[in-house]
Amino acid sequence: MKNFWRHRLFWPAAALVALVTINAIARPTFLKITMQDGELYGALIDILRNSATLMLVALGMTIVIATRGIDLSVGAVMAVSGAVALTIIDGSPDPGGVGTVLVAVAFALLVSLVLGAWNGFLVSALGIQPIVATLVLMLAGRGVALLITGGFITTVNSDPLSFIASGYLTVLPFAFFISVAAIATLAVVERRTALGVLTEAVGINPEASRLAGVRSRGIIWGAYMVSGVLAGLAGVIYASNIKAADANAAGFLIELYAILAVVLGGTSLAGGKFSIAGTVIGVLIIQTLDSTILFLGVPSAQSPVFFAFVVVAVVVLQSPRTRNALRALGGSMSRGGPTVSRTEAEVAR
Amino acid sequence: MNGARPLLELTGATVRFGADAALDDVSFRMFPGEVHSLMGENGAGKSTLIKAVTGALPLDAGTLVLDGEEVSFATPHDAQRAGISTVYQEIELLPNLSVAENILLGREPRSHGMISQRRMRSRASRILADLGIDIDPASILGTHSVAVQQLVAIARAISTDLRVLVLDEPTSSLDLDEVAELFRIIRELQARGVAILFVSHFLDQVYEICDRVTVLRDGRLVGEYLTRELLRIDLVHKMLGHDISDFKARQREPVVTPEAPVFLSARGVTAARGITAADVDLGEAEIVGLAGLLGSGRTELARALTGASRLDAGIIRIEGQTVHLDSPRKAMSLGVVYSSEDRRAEGILAELSVLENITLALQAHRGVFRRIRPARQRELAQSWVEALGVRPPDLDRPAGSLSGGNQQKVLLARLLALSPRVLVLDEPTRGIDVGAKVDIQNLVGELADNGISVMFISAELEEVLRVGDRVAILRDGRVVETVRASDVTVDSLLALVARPDEQEG
Repeated sequence: MKNFWRHRLFWPAAALVALVTINAIARPTFLKITMQDGELYGALIDILRNSATLMLVALGMTIVIATRGIDLSVGAVMAVSGAVALTIIDGSPDPGGVGTVLVAVAFALLVSLVLGAWNGFLVSALGIQPIVATLVLMLAGRGVALLITGGFITTVNSDPLSFIASGYLTVLPFAFFISVAAIATLAVVERRTALGVLTEAVGINPEASRLAGVRSRGIIWGAYMVSGVLAGLAGVIYASNIKAADANAAGFLIELYAILAVVLGGTSLAGGKFSIAGTVIGVLIIQTLDSTILFLGVPSAQSPVFFAFVVVAVVVLQSPRTRNALRALGGSMSRGGPTVSRTEAEVAR
Repeated sequence: MNGARPLLELTGATVRFGADAALDDVSFRMFPGEVHSLMGENGAGKSTLIKAVTGALPLDAGTLVLDGEEVSFATPHDAQRAGISTVYQEIELLPNLSVAENILLGREPRSHGMISQRRMRSRASRILADLGIDIDPASILGTHSVAVQQLVAIARAISTDLRVLVLDEPTSSLDLDEVAELFRIIRELQARGVAILFVSHFLDQVYEICDRVTVLRDGRLVGEYLTRELLRIDLVHKMLGHDISDFKARQREPVVTPEAPVFLSARGVTAARGITAADVDLGEAEIVGLAGLLGSGRTELARALTGASRLDAGIIRIEGQTVHLDSPRKAMSLGVVYSSEDRRAEGILAELSVLENITLALQAHRGVFRRIRPARQRELAQSWVEALGVRPPDLDRPAGSLSGGNQQKVLLARLLALSPRVLVLDEPTRGIDVGAKVDIQNLVGELADNGISVMFISAELEEVLRVGDRVAILRDGRVVETVRASDVTVDSLLALVARPDEQEG
């Protein structure tokens, strides 16, 4: 238990608990969950449902960041994926059919996989810096999406499609189950196979990993493909929510929120050690904050400022220097000594 | 010069990285108007000492006195203001700017708040003329050769009120004429009373230009000598050193003779830089030591034999079969493994645990989806930690927090877990304490007794002789001779290693 508050998820989790507590005090209805027609409703349920898109994108981003990379194209991939899915549904004779929607979604995910593979090719095979490589698709992707939809916002009325974002599976929103499935799948693949540790090895030191026989190219390539598919799925959920493919608005700025979620969850942008649980907490912090801002009635022009304050607070608390300073402050009373704190700093790195 | 007060004096300098002392109680001094050389093998502490003098690293203990005053530099910029400038091996200039802009970067002459190109050029051309460098200050730096860029870097360093100039491997990319030009400038500065620290691994150049030499080994001071009183062979001896330890002689006397089956054989191995047409044979259960000075091609040969770098020419055979080792992965699958000399940059994964570090190569070899069961991983790592005596025996500790010697053992465990046939160890005992050193030397002997072929590289000739059955001697990127370890002594090996090549060798 002595390591409890040193655990790297302590601060993110504490921030989330604090946010929920503040909300619960400010508006007692926040924690209230009601049952209507066998389905649950409430502010917390909304947070779980609305976080699905960001959750999927941030999970993919976590894996990419663990390899020392970054994927700026996720928003554009969302736009392309939504455009592909809705164009297929729109053009089919039976837009309301379950089969049509399944085919459309499968095709959208396949296209997203190809886009992810393209990013992975640029980064791992051609050795282009990730930020530059994915910038290509970030800029070009929305153009491709507009091309697919013919420059319009494609709207469709399809019940199976709407179900993805708005429907309920038993008592909880379907979108929530998608997030949970993605989290569980990723956690199992990363931690039950050797992928997680090999990904961390590549992220910590690519050359040392190569000399140890790690197939770093394949691992990096795969990370971008995972990110692509997850962004594609997020694009489908987004399109389902608004029942339209909006190439300009879909996933706008989501890459930045996803990176933020990853960082809030304690994964370093320098690559290496990553935490899926941390990212999940990071996404929930962002989504809860969003809901708080809405509730507090902060004018939308000022909401980013409010957002920024909270984020700065969490990031500062997480910084190793702050932690070491706090520890030294606490330690100087009990034991202290500069050599001790220095070696600890080395370990913490 | 003698009897004068030193211009710069470092006393009792100690710098630690984690548990290792990179510099341990070293004293060092420089007199005005002298060219001083700092000698030592890789990891001896040369770079650390330079960084400590130039403010790039803080001292954990010790004092620095400049011109009679105790100083302490927080940044290289502070050191520069006090008159200590450094020109690093990799030139740190801006190739897209003009020569004049580079020389005066950050202190451009201004008139009415604007940078005056005219005055800048005239001032730069005066500085260049002072040094006798004939280039147009308005030309773009990147259009000049590396040698000229190096001279510009020096011009930049000396255009301030310069008292101490540090040149870190300034000649490594220069040809003979360019070296001569550099030396002319060094003498020019020397005449002005500047103290110059000249760091180079070319012995000829050190003997040509330097008045005095300070030798470091394993982060400790070996001594300070006048170059003209120190024989070349003695200098090499001091650099490479010898330590008395309780090394156990191999149980089996080196019975390996050339007729023992050759496991790995290399012919005409040539790799981009550093190694040319090298022939090496490695018998079964044999230890071949590689001896040579820094820059002789030791590491390049090791990397070429293990797939870590590509061959430009040459053939490698394993048990008579020609193989193409195009990646470390490929080499590993054939049982050939390599441990890099650079533990921090190319070996240990500092943030991963000891357990993860030990199981990494085996896991990578099995592939992503055939994960070693956690219980088996722990058992495997535990057995290696016990067998090699890793301290502390804590599998879950980040490997980066271990001492150098223990990190080395973890790296060896990583490779041994693959059950290799050939182990190529590049400086496995560098920078580690004596106890761990002996452990590793003994381990290498035991491995060979168990049938593994080992190539053992060390800058310490005594170690190479004690560990190796045969010793291949490298000079200037060539294997010049291979001898049986029992046929040579440290002194005769030293002579083979240090012998300057005959003219047009």
